[in-house]
Amino acid sequence: METATLTPIVQRGLRARERGGPFVPGEGRTVIEMADLSVYYGDFRAVRDISLKVEEHLITAFIGPSGCGKTTVLRCLNRMNDLIEIARVEGRVSYHGVDLYGKGIDPVEVRRRIGMVFQKPNPFPKSIYDNVSFGPKIAGIEGDMDEIVELSLRKAALWDEVKDRLKESGMSLSGGQQQRLCIARCIAVQPDVILMDEPCSALDPIATARIEDLMQELKNDYSIVIVTHNMQQAARVSDMTAFFTAEVAESGDRRTGVLVEYDTTEKIFTNPSEEGTENYVTGRFG
Amino acid sequence: MAISPSTQDVVLARLKGRRVDLKGVLFEALLLLALLLSLSILITLMADVLRGGLGVLTERGFGFLTAGLATFSADTAGVKQGIVGSMLTLVFVVLLAFPLGIGAAVYLEEYAPDTTFTRFINVNIRNLAGVPSIVYGLLGLALFVEVFRPLTGGTTAISGGLTLAVLVLPIVVITAAEALRAVPDSIREAGFGVGATRWEVVRSHVLPSAAPGILTGTVLSISRALGETAPLLLVGAITGYIATGGQSLVEQMRSSFTTLPTVVYSYARLPSQDFREVTSAAIIVLLAVILLVNAIAIVLRNRYERKW
Repeated sequence: METATLTPIVQRGLRARERGGPFVPGEGRTVIEMADLSVYYGDFRAVRDISLKVEEHLITAFIGPSGCGKTTVLRCLNRMNDLIEIARVEGRVSYHGVDLYGKGIDPVEVRRRIGMVFQKPNPFPKSIYDNVSFGPKIAGIEGDMDEIVELSLRKAALWDEVKDRLKESGMSLSGGQQQRLCIARCIAVQPDVILMDEPCSALDPIATARIEDLMQELKNDYSIVIVTHNMQQAARVSDMTAFFTAEVAESGDRRTGVLVEYDTTEKIFTNPSEEGTENYVTGRFG
Repeated sequence: MAISPSTQDVVLARLKGRRVDLKGVLFEALLLLALLLSLSILITLMADVLRGGLGVLTERGFGFLTAGLATFSADTAGVKQGIVGSMLTLVFVVLLAFPLGIGAAVYLEEYAPDTTFTRFINVNIRNLAGVPSIVYGLLGLALFVEVFRPLTGGTTAISGGLTLAVLVLPIVVITAAEALRAVPDSIREAGFGVGATRWEVVRSHVLPSAAPGILTGTVLSISRALGETAPLLLVGAITGYIATGGQSLVEQMRSSFTTLPTVVYSYARLPSQDFREVTSAAIIVLLAVILLVNAIAIVLRNRYERKW
């Protein structure tokens, strides 16, 4: 059969198989599912009615203009929004079918399984070793700590650069190294999902490329959700893309984020169903 | 046709010339005057004290520090009880005001929900730090000397120390809260992000990061407590002779006391010219102690201060 006649999603799947990657959008298991998710800050509804499924071993990108609620949605997925007192969530976020906002769910346990990498690299002002070992230590993870630290740093592609200076402060590293240290710190807790909130926005292009390469390796072991302002980045790294936008709320001048379209990255960037998506990805808006 | 001036000449003509900025010069002069005036007052004060007291100190040296209070002969007058009393009262500041103040600050900054009530408390703590110290003296008199007399023994070092502890408590809370607030939220998020509980985040990351700032604040509050006179006079820091020989620490705590600033006060009230010099010498000792404590605070801050 001519490849060209296949739908993009199948083409993509074939290419993935050729690469040896077993993960195909639409075929994997759902890790996180949002259903009619709305987030309020006080009386203000920041995002409304978000429904989408995050699949296992894929990189799912959230794109959209500033203020469209991408980060807000991301922070709901591991209950980081709990730290904001006035934040309130409506709808359902389930992780392997379990309602994350259900009764008796411990946000600390949630965050051990759904880790997070932040916009600005934020290593603890401690040694590189302590940065990585803190998570496993408090989680009570069994095993040789030196080994866990080494493995995590290797997975984060940082080991060779820091193996001789594990006792030095994490703050002494360059921005890109700090962000990889944060990734190592995150995977040291052996999470299932990694949430990345614009992980490269504070980095130069070379450091960005390293993180993007790293993400491709990490997706073999983890499911990744990344918020990015950079559309090229979303197109380069992600398998699935969700496009958010902000609509003027019913009352006043504040804006509420909505999900416009969610599909394979290829579809979103080459043949989006919604005009709004097309305008955004072609640079006519936003 | 006239030769038009070159561009360079035109630009030069426009850029040349010094502006006479009279107002600016005048303003600068005024500022300098303000600085010199305040400095000169300070220097005069210091010079006066040094002129009066340095003689006594150089003459008697260490002996002045170990000699007790005396009201009849200036030659034997010293500040021993003042030093001992100041140290005794500071014990209470360190043991009470520090843990209570730091604890309250950690609660307010890290645990308390941001409600109208907590904001009300915050504002009130700031107001408490501005309450004149004599008011704390009255509180100490009513509470520690009268109500708790069975425990404190009345006008004793315990009462004095407790009064000072209450006095610096708001200062400790405010400085500790500021140090905690200076810890960026990204550190807390990082901790929560790897699945730490609030306790683990506070203990492992927030407190160590804020420790230098908290330490500086507490050391500064020590120097504040060291300099207080008025509230201690109210709770009975006596101005006469007290014995300091051969007592146990508990006995000293439960007996009459005096502190360095009250020693200065009691010497200053004596009419003889000789005692003026003794007063100045005592002031020098007090200033030296306070400067030393402040210097410790500055060194600590510079050594451990962290930039984010």
